[in-house]
Amino acid sequence: MLLTLPEINLYPLLPALIPAVTAMLVMLADVLLPGKNKSWLALLALVGLAAASYFTVMLFGANLSAFNASIVADNFALGIALVILGAGAATILLSLDYLRARQLDLGEYLALLLGAVSGMILMALANDLIVIFLGLELFSLPLYVLSAFWRTNDRSLEAGMKYFLLGSFSSAFFLYGIALLYGATDATNLTKISAAASEPTVASNPMFLMGAALLIVGFGFKVGLAPFQWWIPDVYEGAPTPITAFMSVATKAAAFAAFFRAFMVAFPSAVVDWQFVLALLAVVSMTVGNVAALTQTNLKRMLAYSSIANAGYILIALVVGGQAGLSAALFYLAAYTVMNLGAFGGLVAMGQGDQERLTLDELAGAAQTKPWAAAAMAISLLSLAGFPPFAGFVAKFFVFGAAVNAGYVWLAVIGVLNSLVSVYYYLHPIVKMYMNPPAEGWAQAPARAPIFLAVAVIVAVLLTIAMGLFPGGMLNFAQAAMVK
Amino acid sequence: MSQFLWLIPALPLLGATINLLIGRRLPRAVSCWLAVAAMAAAFGAAVGAFLELLALPSDAQVIHQTLYQWVTVGKFSVDVGFWLDPLSAIMILVVTLVGTLIHIYAVGYMEHETDYARFFTQMNLFAFMMLMLVLADNYLLMFLGWEGVGLCSYLLIGFYYNRDNTAVGTDEKFLSPRSSGTKAFVVTRIGDFGFTLGIILMFWTFGSLSFGEVFHGAETMFQIGAPIITIMTLLMFLGATGKSAQLPLFVWLPDAMAGPTPVSALIHAATMVTAGVYMIGRSHVLYELAPATMAVVAVVGVLTAFIAATIALTQRDLKRVLAYSTVSQLGYMMLAMGIGAFSAGIFHLMTHAFFKALLFLSAGAVMHAMNDMVDMRRLGGLRKILPITFWTFLIGALALAGFPLFSGFFSKDEILSSAFTSGNVALWVVGVVTALLTAFYIFRAVSLTFGGKPRWKVGEVVTVQGAVASELDAHAAKGLHPHEAKWVMTLPLILLALGALFAGFLGMPAVLGENRLARFLEPVFQHETPHVSAELEWLLIGISAAAALVGIFIALRFYRGDAKTPARLAAYYPSLYKLLLNKYWIDQIYDALIARPGRWLANAFWLELDGKIINGIADGLGNAFRGFGNSLRSLQTGYMRGYALAMLIGVVVVIALLVMR
Repeated sequence: MLLTLPEINLYPLLPALIPAVTAMLVMLADVLLPGKNKSWLALLALVGLAAASYFTVMLFGANLSAFNASIVADNFALGIALVILGAGAATILLSLDYLRARQLDLGEYLALLLGAVSGMILMALANDLIVIFLGLELFSLPLYVLSAFWRTNDRSLEAGMKYFLLGSFSSAFFLYGIALLYGATDATNLTKISAAASEPTVASNPMFLMGAALLIVGFGFKVGLAPFQWWIPDVYEGAPTPITAFMSVATKAAAFAAFFRAFMVAFPSAVVDWQFVLALLAVVSMTVGNVAALTQTNLKRMLAYSSIANAGYILIALVVGGQAGLSAALFYLAAYTVMNLGAFGGLVAMGQGDQERLTLDELAGAAQTKPWAAAAMAISLLSLAGFPPFAGFVAKFFVFGAAVNAGYVWLAVIGVLNSLVSVYYYLHPIVKMYMNPPAEGWAQAPARAPIFLAVAVIVAVLLTIAMGLFPGGMLNFAQAAMVK
Repeated sequence: MSQFLWLIPALPLLGATINLLIGRRLPRAVSCWLAVAAMAAAFGAAVGAFLELLALPSDAQVIHQTLYQWVTVGKFSVDVGFWLDPLSAIMILVVTLVGTLIHIYAVGYMEHETDYARFFTQMNLFAFMMLMLVLADNYLLMFLGWEGVGLCSYLLIGFYYNRDNTAVGTDEKFLSPRSSGTKAFVVTRIGDFGFTLGIILMFWTFGSLSFGEVFHGAETMFQIGAPIITIMTLLMFLGATGKSAQLPLFVWLPDAMAGPTPVSALIHAATMVTAGVYMIGRSHVLYELAPATMAVVAVVGVLTAFIAATIALTQRDLKRVLAYSTVSQLGYMMLAMGIGAFSAGIFHLMTHAFFKALLFLSAGAVMHAMNDMVDMRRLGGLRKILPITFWTFLIGALALAGFPLFSGFFSKDEILSSAFTSGNVALWVVGVVTALLTAFYIFRAVSLTFGGKPRWKVGEVVTVQGAVASELDAHAAKGLHPHEAKWVMTLPLILLALGALFAGFLGMPAVLGENRLARFLEPVFQHETPHVSAELEWLLIGISAAAALVGIFIALRFYRGDAKTPARLAAYYPSLYKLLLNKYWIDQIYDALIARPGRWLANAFWLELDGKIINGIADGLGNAFRGFGNSLRSLQTGYMRGYALAMLIGVVVVIALLVMR
């Protein structure tokens, strides 16, 4: 057996490599350099993310691949990478004061976060099931730890433990799926799987189909599709709020990127009829997420169910497929990222010291004590509800429009019906904040929002508005072709 | 290219933005008059644009201005663009003129309100959204305005969020302002769902949402009666029933009276509720291709007009009488749309904007004088005390009742004669009966509020229509010194009264003069007025006038003095009286049919499925998973095994679905 070493070309891998290297630098700097105030570690991390973003933008349009085509840096992957990098940077800004108020260690936190970013980007770039799995584990392990990072808080520990156990459970399915597919096609590279599957004997092999089904389970768990969504409310509620924000947007972006690539490249619809199954999952996710969110009183839990519903909307784009589905999904993920970060950022800004204002009753009258945080949350929630002219409206319009154009009118109708239901619970916190007398026990004088937090929230809200009013520029970016 | 067009919505938006950002720090007068100035300037711009439109030849009266491309998907694109033609010109003039007057009035009405910046922000924002709705050159942008006015009205209805009930001195149970706002929002969302589906269907059919392309496509691609167009227009009409408060979705509008009275006047009389009528008028090309939908629109409209008028007969709350009257008058407009008399419907929309805003603001002046008391059993005798308000209310009432030569007379008559001459005699009969009821209930309100002896003095026991009003809250009556309001409130009343008096002369029937409005709208609707003989026209006019006069006469007879006849009638037909007083129990029916199952479903999903059922299954099958469960029990939740099991079931289902197919 002749082993040929693959040519080493690290350039397309830079978006994932730079955050990993930065993570190591942060760890080293944390140990080697003295000083009590370690806020400048955050600066180092942000510089690393900026550098990664720079190379990501440089790679646009080049469609490079590396490592025997197990890494593909096409525009779709790079677009997702930018979303993840932005989410990472925003999370750092959201976290600084949050961590300080709880006396948690910044250095470790940043290193773990950067590690997760690196894994997510690797997953987005991957064109090989093994590399996808590598990226998935690379970002999952730091997230398990980060969920439990507030180690004096029982809910946080519980969240980390639950996430870890259920995550391992789903990873086992995913890995088993890869094994079955390798058994059926002799390949783990997506392009090669697709080639092998063009043989009718392979495509109808139950082993092959079962492998594909188990991949759906693995991806479904990470993006939070029903019926694999059970962990989401508990983990999102317990994890530190900035980590919840990060998980809700970045994990979704990374896992959906690989989900799209695996199913659009490896299983062309002509070979495996997966559209129906995914359409069903989309309907179930939208419905379960939205209906369950209706009765929530804790905002983190409510946004957790909302994230399940949003996974359903994005899945519609995968069912639609093609260029229209891809760009709709990329736009939706970007829009979801900015508006969800705005909502969670507003939630972080509501807190005082290590106390958080999470339930509807605690948020009552917040518009009077924290007008700016309340306004940011209101705009973000309206956008999530799909109100024009915010980003969420245009994003939903693209997804449902693509579905209608592709003939999935029934799916679009169910989506519209769902977003109609969702308005009710997104509006509930706004009513509480603006139309109720202030809750007892919260400072009347508006405390000045910490500057880093404010920057992140303001940028997120401005992007939410800009992407709604002028989606054109953003859309050109989202017209990202996937190279098969 | 117009130099004014973009300014029309931009000015109120600017006013809203300034008040939003720094309104709290501005002196009260600056903040309030800034909002008024924004509206007045928008009216000026609207007049400017209107004059530009008039200067164009009548066969090309359209000003189309594209600001920029909003969204693009492949070949399909939607612009942010404005479309000014005679139809939208009338709408912007009405919205900005009536809006300005209401804003001026609100300066006086809200003088004791501390949160004035929030109020005027929302009022200006509302005007902006309404102007976007009527000026949009495509359905998506129209949808933006459509949703926007819904949101603003939700905020404004719930403005007094810390009050339980705005009505004072009454024993009637009304929804709190907060619940009313939510109800308005939720009910109109049901309509919005239909409208959204209609837009999706349109997008699917025509591949475009701009007015020009959709109407051109409809005219060239489809025959009359094409099923797809029928479905599309029916879905859009569902949206209109929500926004324009038609059967079966009208229930939100009466409760919307919980908002401040200027809000009732602006949103629930003059502008927002006309959005549905405007939308149908705008889409008349589609509706004319769908005779079945037109029939539905006409029947729903006339039934709404009739049923709302019967409910208004028995209401005790002055603002609620006006609210049901709004529902009823909107029914007339829908009837006009449904029989293809589009310009008549728009005419009625215009006159109604004047006289209904006038009635609401006059009612507001009564409330202002009477410390927010609106129960008519407790009013009375205000004619001498509030002379200006009395006269303006009377003018509004005469216009609403269709008293000859008042504005409402001409517009309502045009709708009714169109119904008759287009062969819909049954619709015409119901319409005439409703006109009689209308005249009756509004003059009942006039008599009870302004006529007779004052019933608002402490300790006075009152019976009206057989029901004893609750002992007047001594607190509410103490220090009650009714007085006429300041000029900022009376001036708009007087100006609106002029409108209610004279707006009708724009659209006189052929035998009396010339219908200028219909001629102005002709390029939009291409509507040919069927030629009728002068005798028939005089006859129809005579019947309309007679209906109004009879209604007014009966009301004045009934409610003169101690008003024994109505009480006897109510006692004679107790079940009918109760049916009307309780508004046909429609709210209760909705609660049982929709609200309760909805809550149950939500609870079931959350509590039962998320918690009990899954864990119940887990407990039942627990033995099989005991090993796994035990290892997780240390987490002290007891939930994990349930989650894992549910996931496993999901895995099996997904595999089965994919492999079996």
